[in-house]
Amino acid sequence: MTSNIVLSEVEYNVVGKRHLRPDGVDKVTGRAQYGADIRLAGLLAGKVLRSPHAHARIKSIDTTAAAAGPGVHAVVTAGDLPFAALTREELGGDYQRLKFANNHVLAADKVLFKGHPVAAVAAESQHLAEEAVKLIRVEYEVLPPAMTVREAMEPDAPLLHDDLYTSELGQLSERPSNIAAHMAFATGDVELGLTQADLVVEREYQTASVHQGYIEPHNATAFWNADGQLNIWCSTQGPFVVRTNVADILRHPVSRVKVTPMEIGGGFGGKITAYLEPIAALLSQKSGRPVKLLMSRTEVFEASGPAPGTWMKVKLGVTREGRITAADITLAFEAGAYPGSPVMQGAACALACYDVPNGRINGYDVVVNKPKTAAYRAPGSPQAAFAVESVIDEICEELGLDPVEFRLRNAAKEGVRRVEGPVYRRVGLVECLEAARNHDHYRTPLEGENRGRGVAAGFWFNRGFQSSVNLTVNPDGTVNLIEGSVDIGGSRATIAQQAAETLGIAYDEVKPTVVDTDSIGYTMVTGGSRTTFATGWAAIEAAEDVKRQLVERAAKIWDTPIEDVEYADGVLSHKSDPELRMTFKELARQLLGTGGGVTGVSNVDPAGEGNSFGVHIVDLEVDPDTGKVTILRYTAVQDAGKAVHPSYVEGQMQGGVVQGIGWALNEEYFFNDQGQMMNSSFLDYRMPTALDLPMIDTVIVEVANPGHPYGVRGVGEVPIVPPLPAIGSAISHAIGSRMRRLPVTPGAILEAL
Amino acid sequence: MEAIEYTTPKTLAEAVQAMADKGDRARALAGGTDLLVQLRGGRRSADLIVDVKDVPELNQISYDAQDGLTIGAAAPCYQIYQDPAVAANYPGLVDSASLIGSIQIQGRASLGGNLCNSAPSADAIPVMIALGAVANIAGPNGTRQVAVEDFCTGPGRNVLESGEVLVSVTMPAPQANSGASYLRFIPRNEMDIAVAGVGSSVVLDASGQNFVSARISLASVAPTPVFCREAGASLSGKAVSDEAVEAAAQLAMADAVPINDMRGTVRQRIHLVGVLTRRTLNIAIQRARGEE
Repeated sequence: MTSNIVLSEVEYNVVGKRHLRPDGVDKVTGRAQYGADIRLAGLLAGKVLRSPHAHARIKSIDTTAAAAGPGVHAVVTAGDLPFAALTREELGGDYQRLKFANNHVLAADKVLFKGHPVAAVAAESQHLAEEAVKLIRVEYEVLPPAMTVREAMEPDAPLLHDDLYTSELGQLSERPSNIAAHMAFATGDVELGLTQADLVVEREYQTASVHQGYIEPHNATAFWNADGQLNIWCSTQGPFVVRTNVADILRHPVSRVKVTPMEIGGGFGGKITAYLEPIAALLSQKSGRPVKLLMSRTEVFEASGPAPGTWMKVKLGVTREGRITAADITLAFEAGAYPGSPVMQGAACALACYDVPNGRINGYDVVVNKPKTAAYRAPGSPQAAFAVESVIDEICEELGLDPVEFRLRNAAKEGVRRVEGPVYRRVGLVECLEAARNHDHYRTPLEGENRGRGVAAGFWFNRGFQSSVNLTVNPDGTVNLIEGSVDIGGSRATIAQQAAETLGIAYDEVKPTVVDTDSIGYTMVTGGSRTTFATGWAAIEAAEDVKRQLVERAAKIWDTPIEDVEYADGVLSHKSDPELRMTFKELARQLLGTGGGVTGVSNVDPAGEGNSFGVHIVDLEVDPDTGKVTILRYTAVQDAGKAVHPSYVEGQMQGGVVQGIGWALNEEYFFNDQGQMMNSSFLDYRMPTALDLPMIDTVIVEVANPGHPYGVRGVGEVPIVPPLPAIGSAISHAIGSRMRRLPVTPGAILEAL
Repeated sequence: MEAIEYTTPKTLAEAVQAMADKGDRARALAGGTDLLVQLRGGRRSADLIVDVKDVPELNQISYDAQDGLTIGAAAPCYQIYQDPAVAANYPGLVDSASLIGSIQIQGRASLGGNLCNSAPSADAIPVMIALGAVANIAGPNGTRQVAVEDFCTGPGRNVLESGEVLVSVTMPAPQANSGASYLRFIPRNEMDIAVAGVGSSVVLDASGQNFVSARISLASVAPTPVFCREAGASLSGKAVSDEAVEAAAQLAMADAVPINDMRGTVRQRIHLVGVLTRRTLNIAIQRARGEE
């Protein structure tokens, strides 16, 4: 009964077809080269010494014994960072930002989370490096930690930074605080809107810290040549961002840093920050040898970005007919050890599914003694959706309204202004809700004891940003596509498809290659659901450049003005002389003899990103004796704009749902009372396995994005947003009790029963 | 992790010799699904690894209706649950062997290793206790036998002395009208550690309506696997009924002394002992009656 449905409006030749992925053979045969596979002559192995404490002052570090250890070539601490030799006066307004960035890479005066890097060693083997690290003596003054957002906001909470002041709507606070920022969005008159409501519901919600859980741990290899050229090979979503961050921290020109992105075993937003790269570079600089650093799974959990734990309060006013009159929301997000949680994005997404006349959202970015949070698939949106969509579900129950119908009555659509300002262009939430309502899943009543159904909607902006593509025509009529977007979800294929479509040639005549930062123009991270949209856009522009040059060449060969030549479906023809006609392939063969090769180039920053929405339906059953939840059926509906490669869109939708199920049911960082993470392994950090999941049905809705030639929106992030509230509501319906904290573990369900 | 010596003895005598030579610094390796992870994680260290997979006595699986079942300490789970005699006579043991870790883990992991690792959460130990299994041990001073319920002495600790090797585990031949079962609770469906686990065995009379005897054992609710003598004994001579099962479950719950940790709370674990005792007793009863 499982199915994948694609509701297409427009058909193309290459775009929208399910082609083989170019990297498929290498990946299924194990030949794809990941960062851990790097082998270089003279390569040293590095190991990072990490803090055992969640919060402590570093009184002293003695590396003498480690430096004298067998096979040891270099030991580094924060004192080896160029920042250590710079003064506040020299750095001016940039001081605090640089201090946080540097201290995050290698702790200086304080450690702020268990796993915080304190020192690192490079030695001739992994084992020697591990033994040497044990010889480093660090004296700590252990301090009480502030572990949760509510705790850290208390006036008498332990302070992480004595020089962090709250940025309070533009003003700095008088006293240092763990609250790094307070921001707010508002529209209309909330108090008036609440008086217009027949029903006002106010609830509090919490979510735990969760990890992205990519299968490949972080890794970085660096070689700092004697001439100052620094080469880095790593697993990253954004080689150009690594280049910028490394150059910034090491005070080295970007032009002397080359970053080569290796194949990537998942990122989900967590592989943007440069954790190991600056340390590997320092070790290489000091030893004169290439150095490779690998994280263990424990290090990945303890020292790379989780998504923030949150505390949220939502107050919604609605009329009896189910029209939202007002919303008042407070979001407090854990930033981790340094400022920068995605609370702004969470605030902007919180009400984005609805037309809300009067809304106010306050957001707090709060530092706690946990690893610094990183982006995780639609950063901030899943948590905010858990709070808002759960309140809506309660309202629907209270008013006896169908949850899809309620959402249709309030749905965001073209012309609606979001609380934080932007006005929607053409978007597809209504179409998604209608597709959900018409789906066999929704039309089939759920029967049986201890079962519940949940429905929820979700939003993500989707992003544009910079991308660059070079397209070179080969003499055999194929095209080399050079790009800077790391391929995580099949983007080599989807970008090649757009180039082939534009050129009017076959998909397998375009050969995509992802290259290093010296070999292509600036390309932003693979993230934000931007890559198929923005790098696809760059491929289209580069293809248009190729077409322009081919038209010129044909005109030259035919000795005719270029205005007489047209290019359509991969064929060049003379507008008035039917005898003059060449296929792309025929012209490609003649290029070298008629003026040289042709390369189309593009550097773009497209502004037409198309927001997208998803609507999910879940049925589940709770074992009332044990509290265990079994997902019985799951359907995800999403507006892709245009699914360039429907299989990969379905893969993104299903993958997002799986991560959402884990977030909702079992995943969480478990800390002891000293703030030490106790479950830093896949054994005890309970992500779902294949045996925990049903087949996830998908419906791809295609409401073309008016801002892209093929209507592409972006698909990777929306599908992780609705599962949290959909599952939370379904459990609440199954057990007759509202669950307002994630994860809803079997233990929590037992306590509620 | 430092360099480690590795040896592959071909006979039991060689294995015992190797273990005795290095004493506490030697570790026996069967599937390695616990040992290698612990060594890599720095939670255990060793100077010598004695790979016992080439020692015949540690790899046998033999059954006869007189002497029962003897399983070599290194025999992997998949060989155990694919053995027709085991499947026919010890379905409770199959429950354990087929839920440890995952399919991949079961290709390597052994019941003997599960016993020697002596984790409170070990999935194979409760059902072995319920089945009245005996551990056969060889050492520099000869061989000895220890009841499985007396084998573990603390988390990761057991009665094996320096130089001793677990050779095999022997379970008596099943009596008429008997059945056993093991269930554990995990929030997921594989690759997880029991929040609580219960192994139960029952012997019924010829009518299938009365208990002759029963044994119940628990996982993950104490520093060692727990043998619930009173809970099992409470069923002897009683008619099979929900009340009798419930009374045994209550006694089993009273034997549980769990802790709060990342995997579960004290309340949750004691509650689960009750749930799983009822469920395993009912499955064991069905099996004893030939209903399953």
